[in-house]
Amino acid sequence: MTKTDEAQVVLRLSSITKRFGKLTANDAISFDLAKGEVIALLGENGAGKTTLMNILFGHYTADEGEVEVFGQRLPPSQPKAALQAGVGMVHQHFTLADNMTVLENIVLGTEPLWRMGFGRSAARRRILALVEDYGLRVDPDATVGSLTVGERQRVEILKALYRDARILILDEPTAVLTPQETEDLFATMRKAVAHGLSVIFISHKLHEVTAISSRVVVLRHGKLVAEARTADLDRHQLAQMMVGAEVPPPAVREAAPGEVLVALEGVSTPDRGAAPGLKSANMALRGGQIIGMAGVSGNGQAALADLIGGLIAPASGRLRLKDGVPSDWSPRAALAAGIARIPEDRHKTGTIADFDLTENAVLELYAKPPFSRRGWMDWGAARDFTQKVIERYDVRCPGAETRIRLLSGGNMQKLILGRVLETAPDVVLANQPVRGLDIGALTYVHEQLLAARDRGAAVLLISEDLDEITALSDVIHVISEGRLSPAFGRGELTTAELGVWMAGHGFEGETHAA
Amino acid sequence: MEIIDILISASFWTAAIRIASPLIFAALGELVCERAGVLNLGIEGIMVVGAFAGWMAVYLGGGLWLGVAVAMASGMLFGLLHGTLTVPFGLSQHVVGLGITLLATSLTYYCYRLALPEVTSPPKIEAFQPFEIPLLSDIPLVGPALFSQTPLTYLAFVLVIVVTVVLYRTPLGLALRAAGENPAAVEAQGLSVTAIRMGAVMVGSGLMAVGGAFLTMSAFNSFFFEMVNGRGWICIALVVFGSWRPGKTLLGAVLFAAFDALQIRVQQTSLGADIPYQIFLMAPYILSILALVIMSRRAQVPAALMVPFNKGER
Repeated sequence: MTKTDEAQVVLRLSSITKRFGKLTANDAISFDLAKGEVIALLGENGAGKTTLMNILFGHYTADEGEVEVFGQRLPPSQPKAALQAGVGMVHQHFTLADNMTVLENIVLGTEPLWRMGFGRSAARRRILALVEDYGLRVDPDATVGSLTVGERQRVEILKALYRDARILILDEPTAVLTPQETEDLFATMRKAVAHGLSVIFISHKLHEVTAISSRVVVLRHGKLVAEARTADLDRHQLAQMMVGAEVPPPAVREAAPGEVLVALEGVSTPDRGAAPGLKSANMALRGGQIIGMAGVSGNGQAALADLIGGLIAPASGRLRLKDGVPSDWSPRAALAAGIARIPEDRHKTGTIADFDLTENAVLELYAKPPFSRRGWMDWGAARDFTQKVIERYDVRCPGAETRIRLLSGGNMQKLILGRVLETAPDVVLANQPVRGLDIGALTYVHEQLLAARDRGAAVLLISEDLDEITALSDVIHVISEGRLSPAFGRGELTTAELGVWMAGHGFEGETHAA
Repeated sequence: MEIIDILISASFWTAAIRIASPLIFAALGELVCERAGVLNLGIEGIMVVGAFAGWMAVYLGGGLWLGVAVAMASGMLFGLLHGTLTVPFGLSQHVVGLGITLLATSLTYYCYRLALPEVTSPPKIEAFQPFEIPLLSDIPLVGPALFSQTPLTYLAFVLVIVVTVVLYRTPLGLALRAAGENPAAVEAQGLSVTAIRMGAVMVGSGLMAVGGAFLTMSAFNSFFFEMVNGRGWICIALVVFGSWRPGKTLLGAVLFAAFDALQIRVQQTSLGADIPYQIFLMAPYILSILALVIMSRRAQVPAALMVPFNKGER
C-alpha cells in the first residue's frame, strides 16, 4: 500500500459499500487521491468501477461509507455538491443534449436560472481559452448532434474544466476512441496534471493503464484487491490482479477452411446518420474459419452486421451465397440461408425483456416445426428445446418460465448463444459477443465459437477488442469508415500495424502513406 | 369570387385572430411542458377548469384580471397533480394525462351544478372588451385584425415573445430544453430534473387554463358544457405543427383559426347552398392534418419527450 502525503490528499473514499439487492457492487472500498496524480481504476466489466464513481459523483447513494473532497465530507446523492467541491465527471455514456450547441451544453447549470440572458461572449472566450490550454479542439458554436464521438468527449471534459474541476473522473474514456484520439486524450490528461488537477481514469485496457497512470487501484467483484504504483507492476501482473487467476488464452486448433458460404462483392450500403454504410466492401466468409472484424465502433460494423443478418440489402454490389445471389434479401432469407446471429445489443435486439426464457429461445424459430405446426404453437416442444439449451449452455436461471429480464448479462448471452448454435447454422454472425461478460462467461462463449468453427461453420466475429480479435481469428479484416481492409492471416500483422489500419490509413484511395 | 372577398375583409381576420387566441395560450402551455419532456394530455380538461374558474371568479364579483389569475392558479393546481404523478413517480404520461382530462372535466361540471343548482341557462358576465390601440388600429386590414382585440389576445401574443426569449435566451430556458432532450445532462450539471419538469408542467398547465378562460371571459361571456370542444387536442397537434417552436406554433394557431373562420363564412355563400354544411365543419381539420403532414417532416421532437427520468438508474 502506498501512503499518500496527508497534505496532498484531494479525495478520500472511506469504506464505500453499495448493494443492489443481493449483489454487493462495492464492498468497503477505501483509497486516497493526491494532487497532480493519475489513478487508474482497473477492473473487469461488472467489477464495480462505474458504481463507485457514480457514488462519488452523487448519482447513487452509498449504503455505507463516505466521500471526502479537500477534507470536506460530501453530502450523499447530490451531484451539485460534488460539482461545487470541484469534482468533474466524464460519463461513459455522454450526458449532452444533442439539439444544443457546445457552448450551451457547457454553460448549462453554471449560471443562476433566474436571470435574463447569459453571457455568451464571455463564456465563448473562456471556452476558447480552455480549448487552447488543454488541446481540446472543438467549435463552441457547433451543434452537439453533429459532432464525432471524440469531439463529444472533449465537450464533456470542457464541461468539467469550465466549472473549475480539480478532480477529473474519466469513465472508460478510450472505449470509443481510435488509438490516435486516445493519444490526444492522454496529452490532455498530462496537461491537466501539469495544471495541478488530479485524475481518476477508469479502464480495463492494460497498456493504457501503464501508459498514463502513476498509481493503480484494482477492483474485482466489488472489492478493492490491490493498490500499487504503476511503475512497480508489469502488464502480466495487472491482468492477474484484475481477473484473479491466470487466464489461459483459448487453445486454437488449426483451421480447416471450407467453401465460401457468404461473399461480399463490392457491396455498398447507405450511410445512416453519423454511422457510415459499407463502401464497396469485399470479403469472403469460409466455413471452418473465424473471420475477425477489427475496428473502432461506429465505423460501419452496424451496417455490416445488418447486411449479413438480412436487415438491409446492398445498395450496390452483390451479396453472394453458396448457391447464388439471393433475389430477395430479408432477415427471413438470411435465416433460411443458415445464417444465425448473436446481436450486438442483447437487450434491445437480442431478447424481449418481459418474455420468458422459452419464448425468447424460440424467437427466431417459432414459425418452423417442431415449434409450430399449421399455425399452432407447440409449447411442449419449445419448452423441451429451452430446457436443452439451459442444460447444455449452462444458463443459470430459476427455470424456463423466468422472465429473461431477471437474468444476468452473461446468462442472457448464453441463452442467445444456445439458441443460435443449437440449430447448427452454417454462418454465425457474432457481433460483440462478449461485451459486458465476466471472464468465465467470456471464455465459455469463445470456446463455443471455436467449436462452431471446428464443426465447419463460418464465424464472423465483430469486436472492438483487438486482443479478442487476434486471439480467435483465422482471418482478420479491419473496418474503417465503412471500408474493409484486405484479409490478413493469423499473426500476419502486429497489433500496432492493425492500429494503423483502424485509424483509417492504408485503404485504397489513401494519398499519404500510413 | 366570394372567397376572395372574404379573405380581404377585415372582419374575417379579426375573427381569425380571436379564434386563434385561446389556442395560442394552450399550445404555448403544451409546448412548455413538452420542451421539458412531459406530454400533457390533461390539456383538454385543464382548459375546461380554466374556463369555469375564471368565469366563476368574475361571476362572484371578482375583477376580470383576478379571474385570469384564478384560472391560472386552478390550472397550476392540476399541473401539480399531473407533474407529481408523471415526474417523481414516473407514471405513464398518456394514462395520467387522459385521467386528468376526465377528472378535471367531470369535477368542473360537478362544481358548476353545486354553484348554480337552479339555473337552466348559465349567467353571462361582463367580459373583456375590445381595446383599440391608437394609431395602429387605423391601419387597413391589419389594424382591426391585430390591434382592435381584447387585452387577453394582446397578452397571448406577448407571451409568445416571452416564452421564446425565456427558452432561447436565458439559463432557465437552456435547462428546460436540456431536460426535454437529455435529462441526464441536466442531472450531471447539478440541476434538479424533477424541479425543472415540475415547474414546466405547472406553468404550462396554468397557460392552458388561461386559454380556457379566454373562452368564457373574452369570447362567449358565459360558461356552458362542451365549450372547449376539442381545442385542447388541436393544441397538441399545433405544437407538433410548430416543431416545438413558439413562433411557428403561433403561426399554426392562426392558420387553423383562419380555416375555421373561413368555413363559417363560406357556408353562407352560394357554395354553401350546394354542399352539406358538415363538409365545411370538417374542412379546418382536414386542412390541419395536411399542414401537419407537410410541416412535421423535419420536426425535431425533444428526444426525452415522454421518457421518465429516474435518478440513479441508467
